[in-house]
Amino acid sequence: MTREMWEGNQAVAEAAVRAGLEAYFGYPITPQTEALEYLSRRMPELGRAFVQAESELGAINMVYGAACAGVRVMSTSSSPGVSLMQEGLSYIAGTEIPAVLVNVMRGGPGLGNIAPSQADYNQAAHGGGHGDYRNIVLAPASVQEAADYMGLAFDLAEKYRTICMVIIDGSIGQMMEPIVLPEMRPVQRKDWDWATNGTMGKRPRRILTSIYLDPVEEEETNLRLPERWKRVQANEVRYKEYFLEDAEFVVVGFGTAGRVALSAVRAARKQGLKVGLLRPITVSPFPAQIVEKLIPQASAFLVVEMNTGQMLEDVRLTVKNRVPVQFYGRLGGVVPFPGEILSEIELMVKNTPSVDEHPREAWFERMMAAG
Amino acid sequence: MAVKTPNNLVYERPEGFTDAPTHYCPGCTHGVAHRLIAEVLEDMNILDRTIGVAPVGCSVFAYNYFDTDFVEAPHGRAPAMATGLKRVLPDRVVFTYQGDGDLASIGMGEIVHAAARGENITVIFINNANFGMTGGQMAPTTLPGMKTTSSPKGRDVETQGFPIRVAELLCTLDGAGYVVRRSLHDPTNIRKAKKAIRLAFETQVRGLGFSMVELLSNCPTNWNLTPVESLKFVEEKMVAYFPIGDYKVSSGVAQIKA
Repeated sequence: MTREMWEGNQAVAEAAVRAGLEAYFGYPITPQTEALEYLSRRMPELGRAFVQAESELGAINMVYGAACAGVRVMSTSSSPGVSLMQEGLSYIAGTEIPAVLVNVMRGGPGLGNIAPSQADYNQAAHGGGHGDYRNIVLAPASVQEAADYMGLAFDLAEKYRTICMVIIDGSIGQMMEPIVLPEMRPVQRKDWDWATNGTMGKRPRRILTSIYLDPVEEEETNLRLPERWKRVQANEVRYKEYFLEDAEFVVVGFGTAGRVALSAVRAARKQGLKVGLLRPITVSPFPAQIVEKLIPQASAFLVVEMNTGQMLEDVRLTVKNRVPVQFYGRLGGVVPFPGEILSEIELMVKNTPSVDEHPREAWFERMMAAG
Repeated sequence: MAVKTPNNLVYERPEGFTDAPTHYCPGCTHGVAHRLIAEVLEDMNILDRTIGVAPVGCSVFAYNYFDTDFVEAPHGRAPAMATGLKRVLPDRVVFTYQGDGDLASIGMGEIVHAAARGENITVIFINNANFGMTGGQMAPTTLPGMKTTSSPKGRDVETQGFPIRVAELLCTLDGAGYVVRRSLHDPTNIRKAKKAIRLAFETQVRGLGFSMVELLSNCPTNWNLTPVESLKFVEEKMVAYFPIGDYKVSSGVAQIKA
């Protein structure tokens, strides 16, 4: 078990290789490109498929094709590229086949910038492409976690025949940290009973499609997806808890925001404040059960994100105004400092917010007042 | 009904077809193109290792008719899906079946780059000068002056541009091994089309790069012509603008052709 310095994007790529990645299709976009570059060398070295596609549209449809063959396949991209991929993602969801996509999120909307952001939470966690479907979405907060969750991403995608997205941001993608990479797992091409890999004269032909011209059949498909999602919700919720046992105040944040919030929570604990942190790993399915469990002990929640409060709505949906919720967000590629979040914690403890005011409105007023 | 015997049998359903009746309009040459592909796959004995990629367009349900594995691509993306399939299953035979809206309009990026990369896939391209499934709108292949539901006064090249000659465009790419145009307007040309389809699949099986057969086809329904008139239109108008010919036969493919 060697600890080595790895850049996030390259760690994600190598971890996927070690999880049995058989094919990678991608397109250059900052701050994700190092994953593409790394795999352009690594995949051919192992005799595995690598194509730099003509566009993200091309890349995701190559993923779609290879996924139909039943192999472990992924792409990596960043926000504008992931927007382009939404067409293919919707088709993959409608065809009910496994695929993995890493979104190294950057500031938006539009061309935005190349700084770290969490503004694609809704796109990832609440659909993205057309039609009614859900993605499993994992949100690592460090290079180590990003590497650790790649194998899980493939396992979950295959188990539920679904898309598993891993959302990181420009900071996790491009910083270097000492990590222990997962063990190399052999490529195991499974004999799925749905894969279109040629009959070889041994079975009836198979069709993989997302078209159901008969509305009754399409409705059956649209019922099969949430039925499967209920199993995902029941079995696959993952999160990390910090200082929650005796916490009277609960900070909720995922990915980089959650990681910065942990520093703030530690500082608050040093001051004697009874604050804890809930960091969802699966932002979809959202860990509503643990939020529910914390409500009796919580005087207030503070949600911290690098967007205008997207996961905030998932928290509010569970809290249902029984306990006040406060929000703090930084936008457009700005990463909050621990001190800013500590100030928000102090504000929450000293001046518990009202359940009557929408946390986003209150935060927005504070932001505007601060200039 | 007379009993089929080897003596009087001149025509039967190819093994590569399922029993499903096609949904194509009476007189449409999609059925002919399908049949030629099924016959070639049967002749080459590769039905069991072939995977087809269906497009969006009239042939969106092509997968119902071929007795092989099949996937259904998003509009225009069939060459990208075929790339994904072929790269992980290099010993299988992968083909796309695409119309002109699918291939030459929304899918122009995918087809050009698949050809440029020399993907070992076979593309059967149906050029019938309009978007058939959506009811006969102008396609990139619509002839100048040709009336469609979205060029009601006839295609005006000043504002709506010129038709795209796909075979001529793709033949400039070094990754292309075999790029030809044939027509389906009469039995002689249909036989020539079958030969070309055979050679295209042979190109793939031998790993000689990208292969495409463009097939000039009719659309009696949207052209408002009888089937016979529509074939006449192909022969007189389509062939004049889109000349039949071999646009790229790489030296490797030339050897198997001989």
